Amino acid sequence: MSGPNDFTTIIKPSAGLFNLKLREVWAYRDLIFILARRDIVAVYKQTILGPLWFLISPVLTVLVYMFVFGSIAGISTDGMPQAVFYLGGITLWNYFSSCFTATANTFTANAQIFGKVYFPRIVAPMANVLANMVKLGIQMLLFLVVLCYFMYQEGSSVAITKEIYLLPILIIMMAGLSLGIGIIISSLTTKYRDFKNFIGFGVSLLMYASPVIYPISAVKDKGYGELLAYNPIAPIIETFRYIFTGYGHLDWRGLLISGLVTLAILLLGLVLFNRVERTFMDTV
Amino acid sequence: MSNPAIILENISKRYRLGMVGSGTLREDIVGWWYKARGKEDPYLQITETNNRAHRGESNYVWALQDINFSLNEGEVLGVIGKNGAGKSTLLKLLSRVTAPTTGSIKARGRIASLLEVGTGFHPELSGRDNIFLNGAIMGMRRAEIKAKFDEIVDFAGVERYIDTPVKRYSSGMYVRLAFAVAAHLEPEILIVDEVLAVGDAQFQKKAIGKMKDVSKGQGRTVLFVSHNMASIENLCNSCALMHQGKIEMLGRTPEVVSRYLSLNTSDGNIPLSKAPREEGSGQLVFSACEILNAKKQSTHTILCGERFQIKGIIQVVQRTVAPSLHISLAISNKDGLRLMHLSTDEGLSNNVAISQKDQQVRFCCDLPGLNLPRGEYYITLFVSDGRTVFDHVVHGVKINIEDGDFFGNGKIKPSNLGLVLQKSTWSVETSEN
Repeated sequence: MSGPNDFTTIIKPSAGLFNLKLREVWAYRDLIFILARRDIVAVYKQTILGPLWFLISPVLTVLVYMFVFGSIAGISTDGMPQAVFYLGGITLWNYFSSCFTATANTFTANAQIFGKVYFPRIVAPMANVLANMVKLGIQMLLFLVVLCYFMYQEGSSVAITKEIYLLPILIIMMAGLSLGIGIIISSLTTKYRDFKNFIGFGVSLLMYASPVIYPISAVKDKGYGELLAYNPIAPIIETFRYIFTGYGHLDWRGLLISGLVTLAILLLGLVLFNRVERTFMDTV
Repeated sequence: MSNPAIILENISKRYRLGMVGSGTLREDIVGWWYKARGKEDPYLQITETNNRAHRGESNYVWALQDINFSLNEGEVLGVIGKNGAGKSTLLKLLSRVTAPTTGSIKARGRIASLLEVGTGFHPELSGRDNIFLNGAIMGMRRAEIKAKFDEIVDFAGVERYIDTPVKRYSSGMYVRLAFAVAAHLEPEILIVDEVLAVGDAQFQKKAIGKMKDVSKGQGRTVLFVSHNMASIENLCNSCALMHQGKIEMLGRTPEVVSRYLSLNTSDGNIPLSKAPREEGSGQLVFSACEILNAKKQSTHTILCGERFQIKGIIQVVQRTVAPSLHISLAISNKDGLRLMHLSTDEGLSNNVAISQKDQQVRFCCDLPGLNLPRGEYYITLFVSDGRTVFDHVVHGVKINIEDGDFFGNGKIKPSNLGLVLQKSTWSVETSEN
């Protein structure tokens, strides 16, 4: 017999600030996978090339970058083969930008579902991050193929370093960072739509503030190195290139700071998101 | 002993009208400031009942106010009320789509809502994928869905199309599939909003049967919102009537339903004496006319097939002597098509004369039930002495007919199939030649 106090669901005007309901998210873990699968499968339904599109876009982007930034502008690549340099940067950057954009639009994109049924809202952005992880995996394969091509060329000094074990950490950091910034923006967007306008150009501007098309060393030469140190994305991309090629250098301190900043942003995002998710339907 | 499955305490929900986003930041800051000092948010104190028709003073409106009730396990509660009474808001709070402004809801077990079917269906995905997606959105584990997969497909009757993207489904198939997933969810508390309005008769029957199973057989609690009085009466043992954000009445279904129907009367009708006249000498004038339902309560809305009376008063304005008085009523539909004519000539056996002293004539027309489908109808009133027309009010009284259990089987016939309802008994045989 159930007693009078064993209510499993209690709905109140506002939840505690740090009540992140992790147990509930865990109960909905299957939904994360199913939503991620939906995102991947649905995008390329009724296309001829299907998942090949995951590869076409970075290949074309790299070719354009090699031409514009490499040949015309002549921006340094730290001595790395251009293809490896740009592809490495783009692969990781694309992961960040697509996670961020999708997460930032969580509430508006899912308003229809959110308006009808309850599940922990954080499940939706988490599914985004997961779906993009698959896309990242496919693009990583492309990157590895290109990398191998240059590694086994005669006289090549490109070599995978022993710090390759950092790779999963880098990806997790990138996921955390995009999720964190994304949910902060999405939380603000529900009420103040102004932030929505920011998402599109914000991402493209942020790319120029990150070492995607240039190495940190090039900026340091110009004396802007300190500025770049504030960007938590910079050490992640730089380290990513380093562990695969041995070019550039490994900045442990920068990486640690970036990790701490990521953690702080993620926490702030979760708290904010948690506050907004309960009543966003009234304002969205 | 019965156990409450869900308890609502002091639930209120406030909405902001007009532009959301302008000026909210300032008010948010003021609200926070008051909260930080342990005071009540000043914007919360502005109270105003929710009446769409009248423009209010404040920008805030209480969509729900002080809702208190509890539901026992296995109980099926019907929620009725006019549009805007707060039914949907209540369901939104219960299904946790949005949070209440004040109060708390305590529930035992999983709450699943069917606010609108097909939630989260992705058009590009196949029926199979969508069953998993939809089930997971409603909180089912993958293994749970897998175990019930065949049952769901069977219930929905879409086996042949299970690997076709749902965007190719007919709307009926779509709804059936969606309802099937939800019906197999087995939540402890199920919230249903008007889903039964879709789908063909066969599926409706299936769906109602399933809901009965869920509540009676499995002891689950169901909240059912509908405008369809027939299915409310068929399914729910108790019923809550909502009006302007509050619970007006909570009790046994038949009583609450009749209260709801009588509530519709207050919706402004011009007094009969002031209604425009078609013709008439004006010696005798219809001054009042009301409709009484089976319980002798005054109403403007009756259920189809329900026994009711049309009662009226004719005022003698000028002294009149007439050997016989002929009163008749005609019922027209909202297109103005006259459907029937009721008269004292057939309905009254004796002859009523009017003498010099008479000042008022009261009449009552008793009808064992109108065989008309749901809709708005108008009553035309006519009185004469056979030669002189005293008064003739065209469409003087409006009468609403709501879906009722006309055929005695809990089913409703769509109102667009014919102008009148008729009971019939059939026999159908098959033969080989």
